[in-house]
Amino acid sequence: MRQFIVLLQKELIKIRRDSFLPKLILSFPILIMLISPMLATMDVRNVNVAVVDLDHSTTSHRIISHIKASEYLSLVGATSEFDLAMERLEEGRVDVIVQIPDHFERDMGVSTPEKISIIANAVNATKGTMGTQYVIQTIAHALVEVRNEKNPNQMSELVTVQNRFNPTLNYRHYMIPALMIIIFILVCGFLPALSIVEEKEVGTIEQMNVSPVSRFTFTLSKLIPYWAIGIFVLIAAMMIAHLVYGLLPAGSFWVILLGTVLFILTISGFSLTAANFSDTMQQIMFILFFFIMIFILMSGLLTPIDSMPDWAQTFTLLLPPRYFVDILRSVYLKGTTLSELWQDFVALGSFSVLFNILAAVTYKKQA
Amino acid sequence: MSEIVISVRNLTKTFGNFIAVNNISFDVYKGEIFGFLGANGAGKTTAMRMLSGLSYPTSGKGTVAGFDVSREGEMIKRHIGYMSQRFALYNTLTVGENINLFAGIYGLSKKSAEKRTEELLAELKFSSERNTLVKALPLGWKQKLSFAIATVHKPDVVFLDEPTSGVDPVTRRQFWEMIYKAAEGGTTIFVTTHYMDEAEYCSRVSIMVDGEVRALDTSTRLKEQFNAESMHEVFRTLARDAERGELET
Repeated sequence: MRQFIVLLQKELIKIRRDSFLPKLILSFPILIMLISPMLATMDVRNVNVAVVDLDHSTTSHRIISHIKASEYLSLVGATSEFDLAMERLEEGRVDVIVQIPDHFERDMGVSTPEKISIIANAVNATKGTMGTQYVIQTIAHALVEVRNEKNPNQMSELVTVQNRFNPTLNYRHYMIPALMIIIFILVCGFLPALSIVEEKEVGTIEQMNVSPVSRFTFTLSKLIPYWAIGIFVLIAAMMIAHLVYGLLPAGSFWVILLGTVLFILTISGFSLTAANFSDTMQQIMFILFFFIMIFILMSGLLTPIDSMPDWAQTFTLLLPPRYFVDILRSVYLKGTTLSELWQDFVALGSFSVLFNILAAVTYKKQA
Repeated sequence: MSEIVISVRNLTKTFGNFIAVNNISFDVYKGEIFGFLGANGAGKTTAMRMLSGLSYPTSGKGTVAGFDVSREGEMIKRHIGYMSQRFALYNTLTVGENINLFAGIYGLSKKSAEKRTEELLAELKFSSERNTLVKALPLGWKQKLSFAIATVHKPDVVFLDEPTSGVDPVTRRQFWEMIYKAAEGGTTIFVTTHYMDEAEYCSRVSIMVDGEVRALDTSTRLKEQFNAESMHEVFRTLARDAERGELET
């Protein structure tokens, strides 16, 4: 026990006296949580819309004023010449053209009115599709409004769209759990691995290997400070999410904490295993970067796993962060409970056991 | 002579086709200062690493402090001190913190660690440097501190791998005084060195060439045997035919 305490003290002193590490640990989560959500946004704003109005009716004016009023759309202008609007689209000054056909209002009551056509510039695919969606919604609202005024008794809306769990479709709310995970990977994965490889490079690990310290005690004394830092980071990140973005977890904090603990155990065990196979900083950095790229691209952090090809979806089952992404997002946004997520927890728990055993087995005191 | 502390029989270590240590055998007695000489690359460090439980022998047998080197490495580690060729204390810890760390590692209680720290600092005349970061110490002082820490738990055997290389003559002298003092206290010293004058300070000397022990005796008898005036000459005679490693003169 005394052995463990002095080793832990050593680790804490080393972190504290490091010229860079304490600053990194403090500033890293804050910076990532504050700045990244603004940059990593897929929200589409300022979609430039031109309206080709051939109808010049109350309805078409209503549509134009709705577009004007939308916070996502900005009206470039209304014209009756389609070619002019098309020219603007080619120049890139207009993203979406809405063409309202002649006699649209008159024919609305008739069975087969001529349709409104929407032309979008889809070079930027996201902006094209999202912009079109916004325009369709805006027009639908305008039309429903017009119809209600004419026949107040009619069923008010034929279609309703409701975005559950992230009601404003705020991309930040989707991203924040993912950013937290990236922070855990870096703080609890990179740092202990680098610390071990540093001891190898400096030679101090040999002094440990020739002492009676068991590899279990040594490894644990390395990890515990970073586990504690990981929990600190979780709380800091959750506070920032609440104070800055108004995002509170819909589910239980304890479920999030349990998931985080399992994930921290997994990722630190994983990186220690990598450290055991590396003798230099370059080696460990390269190995970790390789895996972390895969984790970030394939764990559903940024892009949904469901839209990946089948083989890739199967492959993601081998990636521990995938389960934590699922846990953190569903608890945060949907309020999912532990019993609903048991499969994710079992998977994550198994990975944590596996990697830590691997880390202990691959650490050799005698070669 | 008195009891045997290190006993080695036909110890061999190979890395692929390379035979680093080839079939060496010797005994080291309690309280001895055993000099382990050889050119660079002769296999001294490899042999020492096998004896201190850092490396498994490919074949042969060895016991240190009564424990088998292949099977009881972890038991050996409780009874030995080891000072590596590279300085291996924690640079960002102070002198006092380093001593306390290793005292704790070797199982000294908090109270006895504190007492031992005072003792060692007094021996080293380091009391004023207790709170100095180790990285700020000059090389000679670092080496003395490393030796003191290798003996923090009063081990049966201390392995020293080129402890005085790069150290000035005055500090080397002080270093050897520390070695003598430890040996008088019953600790066996197993030391590798390049300095032939230091070989004369050892109770017995072995000389390794190309992975084999070519000579083993007291320095006086070695000089007689090789009809040489100094250990330097003995070493040159033996190492002249070495196939690997450059000659250290």
